[in-house]
Amino acid sequence: MSSFVAVLRRDLLVAWRGRGDLLVALAFFVIVASLFPFGVGAEPNQLRAIGPGVVWVAALLASLLALPRLFAQDHESGVLEQMLLSPEPAVSWVLAKIAAHWLATGLPLVLVAPLLGLMYDLETGAIGVLCVALLLGTPLLSLLGAIGAALTLGLRGAGSLLALLVLPLCVPVLVFGAGAVDAWLGGIGLRAHLLLLGGGSMAALALAPWACVAALRVAVE
Amino acid sequence: MNLFHYASPQTFYPLAGRLVPVFAVLAALLAAAGLYLGFFVAPTDAQQGEVYRIIFIHVPAAWMSMFIYLVMAFWSAVGLIFNTRLSHMMTRALAPTGALFCFVALWTGALWGKPTWGTYWVWDARLTSQLLLQFLYFGYLALVHAIEDPRRADRAGAIIALVGAVNVPVIYFSVQWWNTLHQGASVSLSKAPSMATTMLWGMLLMALAAWAYTIAVSLARVRGIMLERERRTDWAMAEIARAGAAGGARA
Repeated sequence: MSSFVAVLRRDLLVAWRGRGDLLVALAFFVIVASLFPFGVGAEPNQLRAIGPGVVWVAALLASLLALPRLFAQDHESGVLEQMLLSPEPAVSWVLAKIAAHWLATGLPLVLVAPLLGLMYDLETGAIGVLCVALLLGTPLLSLLGAIGAALTLGLRGAGSLLALLVLPLCVPVLVFGAGAVDAWLGGIGLRAHLLLLGGGSMAALALAPWACVAALRVAVE
Repeated sequence: MNLFHYASPQTFYPLAGRLVPVFAVLAALLAAAGLYLGFFVAPTDAQQGEVYRIIFIHVPAAWMSMFIYLVMAFWSAVGLIFNTRLSHMMTRALAPTGALFCFVALWTGALWGKPTWGTYWVWDARLTSQLLLQFLYFGYLALVHAIEDPRRADRAGAIIALVGAVNVPVIYFSVQWWNTLHQGASVSLSKAPSMATTMLWGMLLMALAAWAYTIAVSLARVRGIMLERERRTDWAMAEIARAGAAGGARA
């Protein structure tokens, strides 16, 4: 447990000191989402219809952009190897790294999302649903992405490889995340979507760190 | 007999060498019989006409593409648990064939869809999950080819194959969910009318042919991988020298 807290604090501190990088990912999120009206036209009804989906896709891409950094610095400096050799349970500090990564890159996306919701003229309730769905779903993106980041650690072209590995796995998150807003707007009720998103996050929380540790051991050996 | 006897490349190499021609011949015979049955004996479909005959290739390819992914996940699990090199080699040998069948299924599906549905592609649940399966295959192949160290490539590939296999049902379920929400009355494949017996037999024969082809091709491929990986060992060098001498004698 102590390793969890220590690594979490350290990673958050490192993220805070390099906050420029985080702002780049956030700016990317906003820019991708703002590009769509230029592509599909600024017809308000159409924008309202595609808004939630666009925000989700942009969030997915933005979280992908930040992923290679998750383990890369520690890998280069050799810290990762030392931590794997230490008697501390690896799952605990890997989970701390993922948590810190989500707090630094996932949570800002959730906080900026209402702004994009306004740009797409979503009603207040829909924006609220979008944020809740993002809050439940972005941890899942970080957890799945961490496996990909660990597998591609130190490889040439890791970024694009990561996209190929992680994006198909994230389709369910997209389906339920964007679907929640549509369901709410359609009056079907969003309970099922949010439960599935939360349940998926819980399942990934239980399983993904183990896969991630296995992948890290493969990468450094 | 010890189950692990053939887990070593040295003992498996000659066995695979004996099995490849058997399954290759079997695949050719089954495919010939299946195609004959499918294209000449089976009756024309009442609703779809002749175009339905593409199912004799399409359905076995789709089955195989899904099944091969499961087999890859199985060998990956075996490889990670027992630390057997051969299991990882099997996974890698199977992947290109799986990707190929997946592509064939998508391609023939598109060719079938144009005359039947009037479009090459619809975002139907089955089509979409097949497409995602194709991406999973590409991801696996890209990952193992990007890593130069074979040991790391094997194990990284095994992890992503297992993660993918856990995700396949989730993806399939979510896509079905999404599909029913977005387009309620889409064209459905599932209400297939009862099939004529000859059609069923043709399809079964083609499915068996696909099995035999997969076994033959993946064993041939795994032989290549074994020789490449073990090229510094005595048996592999002897094997390569023998193959070289035979090639020289023919030339």
